[in-house]
Amino acid sequence: MTELKRIIKAGFVNFSRSGIVSWAAVLVVTITLSVITTIILLQAVLNFSLNEIKNKVDVTIYFTVGAQEDKILSLKQSLETLPEVASVTYVSAGEALQNFRDRHKDDYPTIQALDELKDNPLGAYLNVKAKEVSQYESIANFMKSDNALVTGASNIIDKVNYYQNKSIIDRLNSIISGAQKLGFLTTLILIIISIIITFNTLRLTIFIAKEEIGVMRLVGASKMRVRGPFMVEGAIYGIIATIITLIIFLPITAYLGHNMTNFLGMNIYDYYISNLLQILVIVLFSGIVLGMVSSFIAIRKYLNK
Amino acid sequence: MIYFNNVSKVYNGNSVALDDVTLTVTKGEFVSIVGHSGAGKTTLIKMILADDMPSDGTVFFESINVFKLKDGDLTKLRRRIGVVFQDFKLLPNKTAYENIAFAMEAVGKTNEEIESDVPHVLELVDLKDKMSNFPNQMSGGEQQRLAIARAIINQPELIIADEPTGNLDAINTYEIIQILKKINDLGTTVILTTHNKGVIDSVGGRVVTMEKGKVVRDDKHGKYVI
Repeated sequence: MTELKRIIKAGFVNFSRSGIVSWAAVLVVTITLSVITTIILLQAVLNFSLNEIKNKVDVTIYFTVGAQEDKILSLKQSLETLPEVASVTYVSAGEALQNFRDRHKDDYPTIQALDELKDNPLGAYLNVKAKEVSQYESIANFMKSDNALVTGASNIIDKVNYYQNKSIIDRLNSIISGAQKLGFLTTLILIIISIIITFNTLRLTIFIAKEEIGVMRLVGASKMRVRGPFMVEGAIYGIIATIITLIIFLPITAYLGHNMTNFLGMNIYDYYISNLLQILVIVLFSGIVLGMVSSFIAIRKYLNK
Repeated sequence: MIYFNNVSKVYNGNSVALDDVTLTVTKGEFVSIVGHSGAGKTTLIKMILADDMPSDGTVFFESINVFKLKDGDLTKLRRRIGVVFQDFKLLPNKTAYENIAFAMEAVGKTNEEIESDVPHVLELVDLKDKMSNFPNQMSGGEQQRLAIARAIINQPELIIADEPTGNLDAINTYEIIQILKKINDLGTTVILTTHNKGVIDSVGGRVVTMEKGKVVRDDKHGKYVI
């Protein structure tokens, strides 16, 4: 216990006495943590945008004119029990007509032509949203087959527009999975680069102290007694760098939130503030682990005497 | 107490630092090892601390073969030996007080022991008023006295002083030798390396002369002969 106290105290004393070297190390760790924070925010924007796009995709099932409503509604109920389906919206023939009129209210000849018809030429339809973009195909196939969900359901189905949209949906699907893969890869590479830079900087700070390490060993200090204070210093770099990073990102996200919300599709400042605790935990953990592990590894070379 | 058994050390296959050295140091002795630079004095001393490995031969500290020690045991052995170097090897980021406190912490002394012993030993080497100075705020003589204070603080059985006066003027040299003699009088074995004639003459103990890695003379009450 005394040993631990001494190690921690020595870490703090070394940090404050190393002056500019300590702050150089803090700066580098801050850069690494900023990269990590940026990636967290970019991932949030990416996921948000991808979800927005996914929400715009749906499959519509058009029914024949005069299809009985209770059959349509029972089909809707059956669809809702499918695990792939997120939601199903029913639009009746009357509503479809009203929507059509609203959409073409400035298009006089169309409205006039419509008025000349006595009956409603439009059928009802169901709007189906899947949980994943890749699941539309199976839903569409399911609808197409003469399934046992509702007897005679295929008689009232006029068409399913999945096949018209298929190429677009497929393309979107590959873009989304590509974007996710690319995002992951970029994250990985950036983090690895940052870790290498931090590790090398901390190695330099320990290189400066290599004589000292040798002397400590000759005086009879145990490996842990020599290594401990350097690891504590590493942890201090991490903690200070975390605080600096989180403070730096306040004005940055505030600026982005104020000026770029339309472009990004979300208010990044709101996201940052509401997830501050999680971000703090991730960044702090990364900072401390990075500082301690780098010091631990870097000092090993000079300890084996 | 220390026994060198046919120790040889060759660097890079051709540079001979030690050539078949056999030497015994008994408890309570004050042994001066003399020789020109490059005669192998420092290499010999590094062997006792297992700070360097021999190409051939063994070194015993009492009955312990120092090269067979595991890491933890080596640390324990080093705690029984106080070392003073020509270049002092103080910890630059620690004050005089902390340099000595560190050596005590390393062997697991309590805070109470540290608080009572450190001022005492600093007084012994006449550095009490420099307690909170950093090494670079002290003269060479003061730094060396601090190094000696650090070497003796844990009451080691052996003090090794490797050219301790190499960087000092005559007055400081005299002071350092007097301190070492006093330590020896109190029963601690001292091994001193030097190429300073005046130092050997003022010590007046056993003198081992080295040349090109070999022990060429070993006199009970030697003088500087080279």
